[in-house]
Amino acid sequence: MDIAPYLLLATLEGLVQASVLMLTALGLSLVFGVMRVVNVAHGEFFMVGALIAWACGVYIPGPPAVGFVIGLVVAPLFVGGLAWFADWAVLKRINYNPEGTIVSTIGMLYIIQQFALLTFGPDARAVDAPFYYTIRTPWFGYSSYKLFIIVIALALVAGLWFMLRRSKVGLLMRATQFDKETAQNFGIPVDKVYSAVFAIGAMLAAIGGVLVVPNQQAHYLMGTDPLLLSFVVVIVGGLGSIPGTIAAAVLIGLSDGLLSVFFSPTLAKIVSTLLVAIVLVFKPQGLFSGKGARA
Amino acid sequence: MSMMSVKGFDAFYGRSQALRNFSIELKSGEVLCLLGRNGAGKTTALKTIMGTVRPAAGTLMLDGKDLTGVPAKDIPRAGIGYVPQGRRLFTELTVWENLEIGLWTRNTDVSALDHALELFPVLKERMTQRSGTLSGGEQTMLAMARAMCINPSVIMLDEPTEGLMPSAIAGIRDAVIRLRDEGVAVLLVEQRVDAVLSIANRVAFMDHGEIKAEFDIEEVRANPELLHHYVGVGR
Repeated sequence: MDIAPYLLLATLEGLVQASVLMLTALGLSLVFGVMRVVNVAHGEFFMVGALIAWACGVYIPGPPAVGFVIGLVVAPLFVGGLAWFADWAVLKRINYNPEGTIVSTIGMLYIIQQFALLTFGPDARAVDAPFYYTIRTPWFGYSSYKLFIIVIALALVAGLWFMLRRSKVGLLMRATQFDKETAQNFGIPVDKVYSAVFAIGAMLAAIGGVLVVPNQQAHYLMGTDPLLLSFVVVIVGGLGSIPGTIAAAVLIGLSDGLLSVFFSPTLAKIVSTLLVAIVLVFKPQGLFSGKGARA
Repeated sequence: MSMMSVKGFDAFYGRSQALRNFSIELKSGEVLCLLGRNGAGKTTALKTIMGTVRPAAGTLMLDGKDLTGVPAKDIPRAGIGYVPQGRRLFTELTVWENLEIGLWTRNTDVSALDHALELFPVLKERMTQRSGTLSGGEQTMLAMARAMCINPSVIMLDEPTEGLMPSAIAGIRDAVIRLRDEGVAVLLVEQRVDAVLSIANRVAFMDHGEIKAEFDIEEVRANPELLHHYVGVGR
């Protein structure tokens, strides 16, 4: 048996998964890195993004690409607004207390999930891909939409990187991340930075949800897997480390893709969970953490 | 007229009172030094002025403007620069990025940066270096330069010479004198008596969160027993 086609297919599938995971985990990592908030509701922002993409696909007339593009704009804006409100209504009022934020984001998880159930019902909902062009290889055809996911994710990560590293807003975010009190001593509006970071984190998850929904049906319970995998990535990459998160997302995504194709998806989940356990025991600061590794 | 006036500050950590009726007046072009034993409330006084510790009572005026109760982020924007104890640089940011944050605070033009770099020229060669990798003396210079970038009318320095080599201490002392001579009001917390005597105009002795006594520097120079009496050190 020629293994090359399988290896190529598994690598492509792994990269697609890594791309979505990278976006979702970056949102989680950014929020933890700057705010020290473990956002247990993060997966629900992913789920809301996916459901909005479905709604745009169904209710907006015209070809699927129109609904998809509108969803890609509306979903992150809506979810960002929702996160901004949640930050204002809940997190700010408990002064970002670490234990309090865990409990309150668990509360948010259930509220958003049940609201989605009441609004969209329990059924899984399929969304058409915006385009169906198939790229032919000597061995198999591959969806161009999946490659589009990789391109979009890379562009967004590059944009996020540029924003954090090259813009004034990014500088203020990084300063807040390193020392909240000193940031305040230099006039940085820490509360506004926190609100913006929480919203940006949620928007990244929402975009992940929009991108994934043509491959995987949207339903109100779909936030759990991305949340758990994002935690795996963030722990393996190093808490709050953006470069570590990117590296870990690629590692976990690729291993998941390869193991799923050659063995089984269950084994892939077992391996990633095992990897977390090993990292927590032998390198609790994360595989890719180190000086200068944070955003 | 005072550049900065603090009247009747009370501050608490939980139920423990850290400041009691703390009051100071600071004029342009003078250095007021806060002296006191560890735990006397000197750092808390500076943090309360900066708004990171919220005062339970008292008023803060800067150049005739009432800053009482304004959000902490607006205190530096009003023109109070702060060099905290331990320098508190953004150690993972570069030297330039630290200075850029200082410039951002009040949207000051590059002349403030030029002035700071004129005082601390060594920083010019370190612009792209991560600030956490600087030597102790250079870190203090950067912390001062960052505070100067906001073009402050008042600058507060919390033990800037702590842990520094004598050559670095001289550089910091010269910079404080230069700021004073340029009309900046300086509130200095300092343990080194020789530094205090060489640059301060007035000295306020603190104990248990309150100012016990205040003297012109000539009185302290003439009567070194005051130092022994209030802070337990001789000259």
